[in-house]
Amino acid sequence: MAETQLERAVALPPSDLAKERPRTRPPRRRRGNPLARILTWAGLGLATVMFTYPLLWLVSASFKPRSDVFDNKLIPETFTFENYLTVWQEAPLALWLGNTAVVTVLSAVLVTLSSAMVAWGFAYFRFRGRDLLFGLVLATMMLPGAVTMIPTFLIWNGLGQVGTLTPLWAGNLFGSAFYIFLLRQFFLGLPRELFEAARMDGANNWHLFTRIAMPLCKPALVVTLLFEFQAAWTDLMRPLIYLRDSSTFTIPRGLKALLDQFGFGGNWHWEIVVTASVITTVPMIILFFLGQKHFVRGIATTGSKG
Amino acid sequence: MSVLPLGRSRTDQELRPQQRRNRRRNLRAALLFISPWILGFLVFTLWPVLYSGYLSLTDYDVINDPNFIGLENYGQMLEDPKIRLALWNTFIYTVFSVPVHIIVSLLLAMLLNRVTGRASGFFRTVFYLPKMTPPVAIGILLLLLFNGQNGLVNGVLGWFGIPGPSWTTDPAWIQPGLIIMSLWTLGASTIILLAALQNVPQELYDSARVDGANSWQTTWRITLPMISGSLFFLTIVNTIAAFQTFTEAYTAYFGSGNSTYSNDAALFYAIYLFQQAFEFLHMGYASAMAWLLFVIVLVVTIIQMVVGRRMVYYEGDGNG
Repeated sequence: MAETQLERAVALPPSDLAKERPRTRPPRRRRGNPLARILTWAGLGLATVMFTYPLLWLVSASFKPRSDVFDNKLIPETFTFENYLTVWQEAPLALWLGNTAVVTVLSAVLVTLSSAMVAWGFAYFRFRGRDLLFGLVLATMMLPGAVTMIPTFLIWNGLGQVGTLTPLWAGNLFGSAFYIFLLRQFFLGLPRELFEAARMDGANNWHLFTRIAMPLCKPALVVTLLFEFQAAWTDLMRPLIYLRDSSTFTIPRGLKALLDQFGFGGNWHWEIVVTASVITTVPMIILFFLGQKHFVRGIATTGSKG
Repeated sequence: MSVLPLGRSRTDQELRPQQRRNRRRNLRAALLFISPWILGFLVFTLWPVLYSGYLSLTDYDVINDPNFIGLENYGQMLEDPKIRLALWNTFIYTVFSVPVHIIVSLLLAMLLNRVTGRASGFFRTVFYLPKMTPPVAIGILLLLLFNGQNGLVNGVLGWFGIPGPSWTTDPAWIQPGLIIMSLWTLGASTIILLAALQNVPQELYDSARVDGANSWQTTWRITLPMISGSLFFLTIVNTIAAFQTFTEAYTAYFGSGNSTYSNDAALFYAIYLFQQAFEFLHMGYASAMAWLLFVIVLVVTIIQMVVGRRMVYYEGDGNG
């Protein structure tokens, strides 16, 4: 998780998420050179194949009978739903998906609300030591997760929560440095007048936050929700640490268990592993297409200022 | 009164007296808003960091109380051949994957920058797609695609008459496989670099062309300096991430299933740390390992910052 957070963490121009930036360069470079154009399209085409083919391969293989999984044909010779039925029988998939949904939704919603609160505290109010404190928020992003991993485990162990889903989401109650940073950048772009006017009309601090600031920064909240949704859904390390019984597994943890059982494990049933991989991945692909604009814009704005 | 964003605060002179009186109340409200983070910082960052430092000086297996042993864990790390192996593997992985990752991302971003409209949107979507794949599934894809006998990669190599190696079982080829697979998810970097490329002012290219510069020269003299901030950022972030790489390699080569072949070549530092902590329950030793990782990451980042400061061009800085 640390890696994806950091990857997105660099100065975001205030309120950049709200609007599409106009291209500063008119897009008409070197139309004239046909060779350059051919090379451009060839390069992009090749990259497209590289980026999409593995996923297509995976989906296609999940519809092949066991003996054909490795035949590397894009269209299955014999098309079968068998694998999906087998996986459903072999593994408590509905349970795993349910657990993952619980963890994912709680993680995303809690981290968005708490980070927005904290970000607002750092953006709107002025007080002594604010910048120092905010510097500390940023500094925590540099800390490798391994350093806090063991004591954090001991906390949850002490609270008797190891083996439950709680440790996977409860930490999100306290906000997360990267999202605090991202949302604060956004809040900083809002006009102060708006809030002074609302204050004249009798709005209190809480109203300023919930009725004005939050609705105005919906795009940034959506980006936070989506990023955390993805982070929580795909996490393997924490489920490996905290979950013991297979009935509590999230879907990536379950997928790893299936790989260990059917992939190597002596009985080679790669069609089960392949199919479970598809089931794990497809919700993320759907999420991506639902929130495509936000993902691409969110990631694009993160790296734009050194 | 001009419109002032929250980011620019009014000076004291600009504040009305009543607002100044409100300051104390302000502080209380501010702390209330920030309180979730303060609480989380104390419980889930500050205390863990301190306690992990203490644990690194103990022998602790969770069941019995920590037993203080001084620097013994650190001494033991010096003699542990697996630490050396894990550090070496991680180092090799970082040294190869990070530069290739950035160079390929940059090339793709430059190609993408020549395309506009719908096509541009399409390619951005496609390039980002692998980033949505859960790392567990990427680990599995690695085993499938790089399978020595009938994997797709060797199939394609076969078209060109190249006999592909046993990527997933031959210790010499496990690392290259992991590195190549890691490139599959570089789309996010491409999009960051594309955004940087699009922010380079067109006037720079126009005046350079008037002066007779060719595209090779504009690339080296204008484009690269102007996006050096983003390149620098990606280098630091990807290096830190590479040092901590875990999930794909763990999925593919570790866990209860694999006992058929040596996975030493895939033993990354984070994996060995995880094993020490949660498989062998050597919590003290693992804490010492975590601190070594922390120091390494810190030192490398500082070196990169110092070197980077000289090479990165910041607008208005005048030392490009």
